[in-house]
Amino acid sequence: MSELLQHPGESSNDSLTPAGKAAAHTRRTFLFKLALGLNAAVGAVLAVPLIGYLLGPAMRKDSATGAWIALGPLSDFPVGETRLVDFLSPVRSLGDGQTAKVACWVRRISDQQFQVFAVNCAHLGCPVRWFAQSKLFLCPCHGGAYYEDGSKASGPPERGLFEYRYKLAGNALVIHAGDMPTLATQANCAEKPLVQIQETTPWQV
Amino acid sequence: MAGLNGLKERCTSLLKGGYGWLESRLGLIEPLTKAAEHPTPSNSASWWYVFGSAATVLLIMQVMTGILLALVYSPSANEAWGSLQVLNHNIPLGWYLRALHGWGSDFMIAIVLIHMAQVFTFGAYKFPRELTWMVGVLLLLLTLGMAFTGQVMRFDQDAYWGLGIGASIASRVPFLGAPLVHLILGGPILGAPTLSRFFTLHVFVIPGLLLAGVGVHVWMVLFHGVSDWPMPGRIVRKSTYVREYEELNAKTGLPFVPDAAWKDAVFAAAILFSLMACAFFFGPFGPNGPPDPTIIQTAPKPDFAFLWIYAVLAFLPPSIETPVILVVPVLAIAGMLLLPVFASQGERHWSRRPVAVLMLAVIAVTLGIFTRLGTYTPWSPIMQAWTADPIPPRYLHNRTPLERQGALVLEDKQCRNCHSLAGEGGLRGPALDSIATGMTEDQMIRQVLQGGGNMPAYGNALNPSETKALVSFLGTLRGNDNLAPATDPSRGLIHTSELKTLPIQPAVKPR
Repeated sequence: MSELLQHPGESSNDSLTPAGKAAAHTRRTFLFKLALGLNAAVGAVLAVPLIGYLLGPAMRKDSATGAWIALGPLSDFPVGETRLVDFLSPVRSLGDGQTAKVACWVRRISDQQFQVFAVNCAHLGCPVRWFAQSKLFLCPCHGGAYYEDGSKASGPPERGLFEYRYKLAGNALVIHAGDMPTLATQANCAEKPLVQIQETTPWQV
Repeated sequence: MAGLNGLKERCTSLLKGGYGWLESRLGLIEPLTKAAEHPTPSNSASWWYVFGSAATVLLIMQVMTGILLALVYSPSANEAWGSLQVLNHNIPLGWYLRALHGWGSDFMIAIVLIHMAQVFTFGAYKFPRELTWMVGVLLLLLTLGMAFTGQVMRFDQDAYWGLGIGASIASRVPFLGAPLVHLILGGPILGAPTLSRFFTLHVFVIPGLLLAGVGVHVWMVLFHGVSDWPMPGRIVRKSTYVREYEELNAKTGLPFVPDAAWKDAVFAAAILFSLMACAFFFGPFGPNGPPDPTIIQTAPKPDFAFLWIYAVLAFLPPSIETPVILVVPVLAIAGMLLLPVFASQGERHWSRRPVAVLMLAVIAVTLGIFTRLGTYTPWSPIMQAWTADPIPPRYLHNRTPLERQGALVLEDKQCRNCHSLAGEGGLRGPALDSIATGMTEDQMIRQVLQGGGNMPAYGNALNPSETKALVSFLGTLRGNDNLAPATDPSRGLIHTSELKTLPIQPAVKPR
């Protein structure tokens, strides 16, 4: 074995195995453990904003979503009919394209009384279609069926259709839209829980 | 001649020198060659052992075609659908690349499932290969994850509403429902952030995990050796298995390359060729309609691999649906993961494991039945039946005007969305061709007006004259042989009692 030149900083206990050296060098072992701790601390500080960024959409306050949006003049909705109406989601974002469009079913019960249903089936969100002759909303996915007032008629849904809150502003029908309606994020956001139409609807002035 | 030999020698020495230079610096070729030539029991050099390598080959194929598609695909909600049209129609061979990638996905799921069934049937998950199986289960889940996120990449109507179904399932989680939905969608609605995050999953996250998992999986196959062919009575015991395997390998071992690997190679080529043929002859999947949620004239359906889930979701009663959706998958995955922990020793041969074979058969048949049901969705109303199919004329012959009016009511009220007549119409409710042989007029009136048994009530949609006409038409439907109409025995009793006894007493005495 050739003689190696001694580096000034190299240890002199060459007779020990690497493991033995490590055991002997309690200072370096300590510094390594310290460095591990340091990295854990830096990692934790780094992780907080990263996780915050990742969970951002889930952390959002429900009340922050949604806005009132006009569906058109009252004359568009003849009394006794249920019509499909499209609007642009007030909570769309950059690059949504066609997915920013939303459809809803507007039922005009009387001059001042409306019901505005989400197209999303209360079972798993497929688009329900209105069949005027049989007075049913039918879902193409798993066969959910609803009566004209949105209440559950048959099939797998556990409740009636989701309803948007509405008000009449002058000559226009205005609804409150935001979250995509699901069982947890119902059509009209946090302020009012969605109610079945059989109950009274006090906000419908 | 001497000159030619000299040239040959020089070339050989140059190649050797080049190899020596490379390997002395890289240090990988020799260990990899050794790994490839590792001995494997001669009885495992079988055609039954080719599926794992075929799945790996398909994965590489998917990565390659995926990278090529990413050259053109635009992962943006307002451009994705259009960029697929460009791929299909404007880019030379774009359609073929899409077809290879789409069919490759189906092939990969099929091969991974066959591989899993083979390993299960052969008891190859037992000691010492438990962790290999567990990693394999995760690889199956990742493969299915690739299939689902890949379906989202197609960003058509099915992708849009499929995501909606996913979000609706997540919304059923207690307490965390709303945050989960927003996490999946990336915002309040299904849009640009949704596609971006599924693109990230499909292209970065899951493939990374998948490749790393395959690396670990293959490493463990090398580490433990390819499992020997199971023999009835050859019991796996933790205390003896490794020694027995080594003895078997010492006695009968063959180098994996080439003695066993030639079969893998032939099968891989056959699979790739079938994949190319499917892609060439059947073409790419979709995209179908654009992801416009206001186009509601659609019947969304998932890709083949998920049809069985789609079918199961139609059959779950509402009262237990949420618990079943949330709990059963967790139990099923935990069961698959923990299988080798509970059955790590004992018999491996299928003839000594009847419960295992039965379980596999039941699962396979169940998945097959639900998938088949998912292809024609008998639970769904046929949404356009009433416009397309008039009542067949033979059901109108020799009918009274009232009965014919009833036939019109049946057509007009869209009864055939759910009920078939002469083979045309929905399968959700019973066929009506011989309805009058099973139900009396009273029963039909009650059923039509009040509904029940998964039929909506039509009391609000039919006026009394329509109901009368409809039921009198239904009363004429007694099958092709004009079977006897249903009768109500209690009616008969009333009539006889009227004949024999005194006038019926009023139930409540007048005051």
